[in-house]
Amino acid sequence: MNHSSSTTGKLRDIMKEVERISPDVTLKLNDSIVSTIYGDAERITRKVVSQKSKPRVDWDKKLDDVLTSRTLGIPMMLLLLALVFWITVTGANYPSTVLATVLFWGQDRLTDLCAWLGAPAWVKGFFVEGIYRCVAWVVSVMLPPMAIFFPCFTLLEDLGYLPRVAFNLDYLFKKAGAHGKQSLTMTMGFGCNAAGVIACRIIESPRERLIAMLTNNFVPCNGRFPTLIALAGILVMGTAYSLGAAVIVMGIVLFGIAVTLAVSRALSATLLKGVPSSFTLELPPYRKPRVGRVIIRSIYDRTLFVLGRAVCVAAPAGAVTWLLANIYVGDLSVLSHCANWLNPFGTLLGMDGFILMAFILGLPANEIVLPILIMSYLATGSMVEMDSIEALRRLFVVEHGWTWLTVLCTMLFSLLHYPCGTTLWTIRRESGSVKWTALAALIPLGVACAVCFVIALAARQAGWV
Amino acid sequence: MDLINRLFRRMDANEESARKSNNQKTSYIIALAGNPNTGKSTIFNALTGLRQHTGNWPGKTVLRAEGSCSYRGMTFNLVDLPGTYSLLSNSAEEQVARDYLCFSKPDATVVVLDATCLERNLNLALQVLEITSKAVICVNLVDEAKRKGIEINTASLSEELGVPVVPTAAREGHGLGKLLSAITGVATGSVVNAPYTVKYEKKIEDAVVKVEPHIRKLVGEEFNSRWLALRFLEHDQTVISAVQKWTEERVPLKIKAGGVALA
Amino acid sequence: MNRMRHNSINLKGDRTMQTLKETKPGITVRVTKIGGGGPIKRRIMEMGITKGVDVFVRKVAPLGDPVEVTVRGYELSLRKSDAQLIEVE
Repeated sequence: MNHSSSTTGKLRDIMKEVERISPDVTLKLNDSIVSTIYGDAERITRKVVSQKSKPRVDWDKKLDDVLTSRTLGIPMMLLLLALVFWITVTGANYPSTVLATVLFWGQDRLTDLCAWLGAPAWVKGFFVEGIYRCVAWVVSVMLPPMAIFFPCFTLLEDLGYLPRVAFNLDYLFKKAGAHGKQSLTMTMGFGCNAAGVIACRIIESPRERLIAMLTNNFVPCNGRFPTLIALAGILVMGTAYSLGAAVIVMGIVLFGIAVTLAVSRALSATLLKGVPSSFTLELPPYRKPRVGRVIIRSIYDRTLFVLGRAVCVAAPAGAVTWLLANIYVGDLSVLSHCANWLNPFGTLLGMDGFILMAFILGLPANEIVLPILIMSYLATGSMVEMDSIEALRRLFVVEHGWTWLTVLCTMLFSLLHYPCGTTLWTIRRESGSVKWTALAALIPLGVACAVCFVIALAARQAGWV
Repeated sequence: MDLINRLFRRMDANEESARKSNNQKTSYIIALAGNPNTGKSTIFNALTGLRQHTGNWPGKTVLRAEGSCSYRGMTFNLVDLPGTYSLLSNSAEEQVARDYLCFSKPDATVVVLDATCLERNLNLALQVLEITSKAVICVNLVDEAKRKGIEINTASLSEELGVPVVPTAAREGHGLGKLLSAITGVATGSVVNAPYTVKYEKKIEDAVVKVEPHIRKLVGEEFNSRWLALRFLEHDQTVISAVQKWTEERVPLKIKAGGVALA
Repeated sequence: MNRMRHNSINLKGDRTMQTLKETKPGITVRVTKIGGGGPIKRRIMEMGITKGVDVFVRKVAPLGDPVEVTVRGYELSLRKSDAQLIEVE
């Protein structure tokens, strides 16, 4: 005890001494220290570094001058984005069909097996039509686009393009009262919103970090991309399929970015008032991406990870959906009861009760919204082979009366609604606040309902539908 | 944290026999510091492979990555510090990095520098050398620098800085063996460094001369007293309160497993 | 702050002091002073923009802000509101 108090005393003496020597020059001192260290770094560099020969063509500069040029910067960014979507849509089409054929062939064999075993109808329904079909859908619809989209995205990341996106878009974020690094966390959100929320740590100011976290949901994560791509496909069945779908998906993404900025602006004017803090960002040199490693890394770290998570959620979700669709109360299934009850509300938003039900059941993971919807339509309707976008179109448009408005509102609702369970849990952990987590779900939900309502109302008033 | 402890316990068991025979330390804690975008994580991944795990620094939402690597019968436990441009501006990352270097005292610290812009990177290196002498400088991306016509005289740099300097091209896997052997030298103490000291203007140096002896009296040789004196003169509250906490509790701030005990 | 402003007016005749914000792309300038204070100033200095260093203004972002400069051999992007704090000659 004595010893301890004597050391505390010593510390107090030191503080007094410090106070006497440098009472109020803290900042001056810091400036001088920083300058001196940099001065020494400069001197040493001059001594040990020699610039032998300038390379004849500086590809770095040439590339950068195009990618961040005043006139070409933004168009190039949009073009790259569209290109990635186009490659994804085109490339995913064929393997998706093959996978679906194989997996649904598997479903038929399982059905045969059930028949051979003499299993009761509910066993076959629960396991084959519930769990197996939901998982098969998730795999065949999600795996190919992800296996193409992620490597493309990782290539751009590896190249060093993402900081340039921040450079190009910073002005907008500054206008929205947000931090420049929010464009980086937003881009991360394209991969996974939970990852985007964790990435918000790079933003120092708590106010701006919260804005970034609350708005990360407005860019579609990989769980929602397949949904958007499939729905866009329904809108543009026909000749220019890939290109049309890519353009539509890009339009949706740009709308998401616009909403991100608008909500950030609104938040920084109301709940999270303040002025944007300073922002400096290194623009690292472009680096030749190592294609092989990028593909391996993005497939292992991202694609399989996300797919694994989706399958884990899809299996129980498929089971629950099947149960809801096959437990009858009166002459209607529980699912139909719920859907009927939600139907007026769904119609108001340009959708129907089943779609809203799918979004509600899809809270654990966005990947399973579309499979749940297909399941609930199939469980109450006729059986069809689900092996292509064309089949999907037949189910939605022909059998369940979807219009272009239904497709559009479903896409917008999917883009905006609320973050998935994992992301909400991450926001809770990162912000340490239940209040902000609740807002992270309620703000997007409010925006989604408002946007869909206005669009549906306008389209109907104008007599377009 | 639990994972870390378990890891270390397992290692302790493995090496018990070796230790009994010649009472020599075989497991070392190696910190990895550097600017962002210098390929620090490429080096970390190349050295540790799949033997790594991540978590948060205590009380901070800053990612903490650790991994281990075996080299000539020794185990290096690598702690990947957050990538920072400096150690002086009190952001969460910078606090984590400098507190670890000062108070947890790793057996060696590798500072990863980007060969294509050495000047800015040296800013951090010089700050690290102010805290610890047990450092190895790794000049990474030399292949890229060469492509740009930049050549770095690493021997001369080593002479200037007073610590080993190893050129690497981690993406190609070049130079990692030499890096490991340099780490071994510094961590085991077979190489003793005489690191470069930044000399500040007279006013500051005079003040340091007055304050440093008092600090040395307080902390002994436990921590770097010149560095602490400078931070005290800057009225750096985070460092002052860390020292205050240490004096009050008189618990060594260093935990055996290399964890941060400032929480 | 006022005195500095006064001095620089005297030195350059009737011209007001120039900051990095007004510097046109393609021009190299030398930093004479960093205004502001606290964390913003620290952050700017730690990225290598200290008194006496040469800064080359490379370009302005497509939407007019931020600016990209080359300093100490690397590319740095900073907002115009921060560039305004950096006095140059």
